[in-house]
Amino acid sequence: MRKIIRLVGLWEALLVVLLIGSMLLGSLLSPYFLYSNNFSNILGDLSEKSIMILSMMMIIVVGEIDLSVASILGLSSVVLGNLWMHNLPLWVCILVALAVGTLAGFVNGLLVTALGLPSLVVTLGTLALYRGCAYIVLGQLAVSNFPDGFTTFGFGDIPGTIIPWPFVIFVVLAVMVIFVLHGSWIGRQVYTIGNNQIAARFAGIRVARIKLILFTISGFISGLAGVIFTARFSSARADNALGFELDVITIVLLGGVSIFGGRGTLPGVIIALFVVGILRNAFALADFPTETQSIIVGGLLVFSVLGPNAIVRLQDWLTRKHIVATITNYLQRSRSS
Amino acid sequence: MKAFLRTGGLGVLLLSVLLLSACGSTPSNSSTPTLNIAFLPKAVNNPYFDTAASGAQKAAHELGGQFKQVGPSDAVASEQVPYIQTLTTQGVSAIVISADDANAVAPALKQAMEKGIKVVSYDSDTAPDARLIFINQASTEDIGRSEVDLLASEINSTGQIAILSATSTATNQNAWIAFMQDELKKYPNMSLVKIAYGNDDDQTSYNQTQALVQAYPNLKGIISPTTVGIAAAARYLKTAGLSGKIALTGLGTPNSLRSYVKDGTIKGFELWDVGHLGYLAYYAAAALIQGKITGKQGETFTAGSLGTYTIGANGVVLLGPPTVFNAQNIDQFNF
Repeated sequence: MRKIIRLVGLWEALLVVLLIGSMLLGSLLSPYFLYSNNFSNILGDLSEKSIMILSMMMIIVVGEIDLSVASILGLSSVVLGNLWMHNLPLWVCILVALAVGTLAGFVNGLLVTALGLPSLVVTLGTLALYRGCAYIVLGQLAVSNFPDGFTTFGFGDIPGTIIPWPFVIFVVLAVMVIFVLHGSWIGRQVYTIGNNQIAARFAGIRVARIKLILFTISGFISGLAGVIFTARFSSARADNALGFELDVITIVLLGGVSIFGGRGTLPGVIIALFVVGILRNAFALADFPTETQSIIVGGLLVFSVLGPNAIVRLQDWLTRKHIVATITNYLQRSRSS
Repeated sequence: MKAFLRTGGLGVLLLSVLLLSACGSTPSNSSTPTLNIAFLPKAVNNPYFDTAASGAQKAAHELGGQFKQVGPSDAVASEQVPYIQTLTTQGVSAIVISADDANAVAPALKQAMEKGIKVVSYDSDTAPDARLIFINQASTEDIGRSEVDLLASEINSTGQIAILSATSTATNQNAWIAFMQDELKKYPNMSLVKIAYGNDDDQTSYNQTQALVQAYPNLKGIISPTTVGIAAAARYLKTAGLSGKIALTGLGTPNSLRSYVKDGTIKGFELWDVGHLGYLAYYAAAALIQGKITGKQGETFTAGSLGTYTIGANGVVLLGPPTVFNAQNIDQFNF
């Protein structure tokens, strides 16, 4: 048992337990939880959040944070809607929406790296700024006359399965991120920066450039999430996905990523994604009020910040105890001999 | 890397177990029509929707049916969609919805109807092809025009006025406002200076009222066609000592505005009988489930103590004309 835990990491093991627990809870709370189309609902609900956690995770690992993701989502959504309203071809609208998202992320990155401002402050500012821009682009309107094919992409499942289309995008992106972050030199640099930025710079890592790239990727992915959100609800509105950043950050931290950077794995974050998705779904099926759901998600956030710290301390304590025991043993043996 | 793959592998394994266990089981529809009707308002814990719910509960009691109300805590359009999906999974027999965004909820409602669930909208309509019947609380035109007339009579048809609405995309508020603007053409001395949005949130509405009063020192009147908005506006006007100086009217519930009517902050406001709205919506949903009606124009159904209703064009059923509440009659109502 100890071997297994050491292999996958204590926190990840805990998350797996949490995942099993939430599934059991779901099936206990509601007889409808295990229906196949409910699984499609769970995945569908996670469409945007699932891809947004990928870039958020990398940004938190590198020691920064991006609070503006949901606002970029909203901005990209209204840009898409506004262009569509002016009768541009859908693919043009989507490309421009993605470009706007990418640009928004690039601006974040520039403010953080070129001006050396703390990302918490920068993205808190752009959270309001981009949302404001979204209201300027579309005002109080809601654009919703999108073609059926677009809505089907957002809302429908792959024919014959219970996998929603947007989930495919998540799988493709997740595989890419796993290989880049956990299997390439780029990933190692990201973790190095997160662990010790100054040491990383002395080691020849281009800290600013990597951060700029990550913020730009975050913008692109939030833009993509905006396109998916618009398709899923066939509705482009300035208040789309208001407050999503909280859930995204909660999932990443619950996944074992340290808020101080440098620590955490993508598989852990993905398991956390399903834990949150399943819990929310189960509570909804059991007709729990939304307030209860918010309390539980907020509780998970606190737990996920406290938990890993507690575990690190536990491990330190165990190691120290082990060392002390070894030394005592050694001393006793040498004395007796 | 190895460790990561192992964790990931474990997760994938678990998920596939869930997937496998999930495969093959789908909700079964029972053959006898049970009245398992769910109400999905724009937001729960809202006195307006709670009153409608109590009317629906009364109808459920009379018909021996089941009633439940679920919904988001904030009026955000996209948050209604997961609730529709959940209700679909639960296999309720009817969903009665007040749509926050007519189109955003449409795909999910259509999916519910494909599964045999009857969909009725009340209070705020969805896209017409995403529901069978819409219970309209009062004709949009009546409400829009009469609120302007009511305010005009209080301020001698002169001065600057503002509107404090709910969300900027709320279907019925926008329709009312359109008629208000049309009706204002009859009053050349009244000018609409601003439409503010309080998002059906008490604090936001309060702040918006404050902003209106500060931005327009000559403001003579405010129309707030939303129960949350008018209560917040009344509280601000009273707190700021502006009772009687700035006239306030709109749509509100008697219980939440009683004290303001008695102290003169509000001289009169309008509303339909919200309890009746929920009552009628429940009866309509029940008639659909029992196959008495299908939602076609000209069909009739009986709604308990309210009598017989006829379905109009586009599946619209009209509840009746709005009531004006003032210091003389407010004590006759308790909702």
